[in-house]
Amino acid sequence: MASTIRVRATSSGETTEVQALIQHPMDSGFVKDAKGEIIPPHFIQQLTFEYDGKPVFVADWAGGVSKDPYVKFAFKGGKKGDDLKISWIDNKGATDSTTAKIQ
Amino acid sequence: MTTTDHRFSATRRLILQGAATVALIGLGNPWFGLAPAYAAANDKYPEEAFRQKSDAEAIKSLYGKTAEPSDKVKLDAPEIAENGAVVPVSVSTTLADVTSISFLVAENPVALVASYRIPAGTVPAIANRIKMAKTSNVIVVVEAGGKLYSATKNVKVTLGGCGG
Amino acid sequence: MKPRSAIHLVIAVLTLAALAFAAPSANAADAPDPVADAKAFKKFFTDKFPKVKLEDFVNGPYSMNEDLHRQWQEKEQFPPYEFSLEMGKEMFTKPFKNGKSYEDCFANKGIGVRQNYPTFDEKEGKVITLELALNRCREANGEAPFSYVKDEMAALTAYMAFTSRGKPFDIKIPNDPRALEAYQNGKRYFYTRRGQLNFSCATCHVQSPGERIRAEVLAPALGIMNAMPIYRSEWSGMGTTSRRFTTCNSQIRGVPLDPQDDEYRDLEYYLSYVSNGLPISGPGARP
Repeated sequence: MASTIRVRATSSGETTEVQALIQHPMDSGFVKDAKGEIIPPHFIQQLTFEYDGKPVFVADWAGGVSKDPYVKFAFKGGKKGDDLKISWIDNKGATDSTTAKIQ
Repeated sequence: MTTTDHRFSATRRLILQGAATVALIGLGNPWFGLAPAYAAANDKYPEEAFRQKSDAEAIKSLYGKTAEPSDKVKLDAPEIAENGAVVPVSVSTTLADVTSISFLVAENPVALVASYRIPAGTVPAIANRIKMAKTSNVIVVVEAGGKLYSATKNVKVTLGGCGG
Repeated sequence: MKPRSAIHLVIAVLTLAALAFAAPSANAADAPDPVADAKAFKKFFTDKFPKVKLEDFVNGPYSMNEDLHRQWQEKEQFPPYEFSLEMGKEMFTKPFKNGKSYEDCFANKGIGVRQNYPTFDEKEGKVITLELALNRCREANGEAPFSYVKDEMAALTAYMAFTSRGKPFDIKIPNDPRALEAYQNGKRYFYTRRGQLNFSCATCHVQSPGERIRAEVLAPALGIMNAMPIYRSEWSGMGTTSRRFTTCNSQIRGVPLDPQDDEYRDLEYYLSYVSNGLPISGPGARP
């Protein structure tokens, strides 16, 4: 199955800007469905960005983050053509990861 | 969501558990009482903080200290959220030695929305999209040089009119 | 000539002249004039919102309110309809069971053609919308049609809209009385009050664009089809033109028609035509 992670990483000068959009319901566990039953919590807990084997950004998330979550940040370093690894783990233990090339 | 890499997650969990155990045993202190540098490097998911109802309790659980408002922390959030489900909120700061940034929504059932670790070399500026249950203060907390700074903005959330 | 006959003659001539003058204007009032309509439609909105550029009307409420505009711009950096668009692209090129694909049903393989829909099909004598054309393509190739209001149809139209982004709406009304009638039907529907709230489409989108209905900012009718299909924050998902028309009817507490009913097709025809020249901006996002 295709990755849930979409990344755009662009290097300009000394900095690499990263934007990520991830397909995930991010159910908080506070919302009821049409039948009045609670939709169980189902959200990404940790999202990690690694460059050159080291984490450059780590997100600790829960149900307060929007569905199909988005995040943007930047780090010093990174060259065009280098790899950026992104991975997440959710509260059900599911994971996904992908490697993107810095543009 | 599919589990795509079983080996990765299992190994990761072991490492996390191992590291946490060593840290606890080795130093004999609750992890949040440690020096900022260690806290930032620690891989542990702040489960306790995500259980707190109020922003004050969540901040205490995460950082073990209170934040002072600072105009060096710039919080960008709308006046009236287009929709409480997806509110774009961002922060930037001129403070040095930032190790952590967290977003909280005071009136959410769980105040802590997201907490980000900023390793050295990462720019202390983040944009993300958060949920807001109702009109509330949005608080961003920045841990810099071992101290805690914050900025707050009140964002209105309305129920849709024609959005059936 | 005797004076009385002369007077009769003069009266007769004057009456005829009066009739001659009256007749053309009476006919003009009855005869649809889409060209004049479109011009008047655009003028109404550009006069009402002199600071909004013509092409920006396609962004609906985002061109009516600065706070909303900023939130929208932030989200457009990596838009919420991204996944639907991707799915649409995959679906569009994937062959049906019989080996053909959507590419075989449209001019130019379906790329960059969205701005031509709806069209008037002279063989059938009816308006064909893009959604209808897609389902007919499926049925013609032995596939079951998709629901008009759900994700697959949204994904397909999202992809087709995307390949036409920036192209101006180019709706044609052929010289066929049935086409003119369909156009008039659509216009009539647009301006007719309905539902328990007794609103017409115009009540919100012509009389009150930029103002709020409860907490929502209303979009102008000019350019209102250009962003379709849309990801609505409120639906936390995608919606097609069919979805929007049916929910709009429900919201004013009227009974919604079936998706792709004749009246909805004619309505889409009218609304698209009067926005000719404005760029396709779909897939779009809305509150």
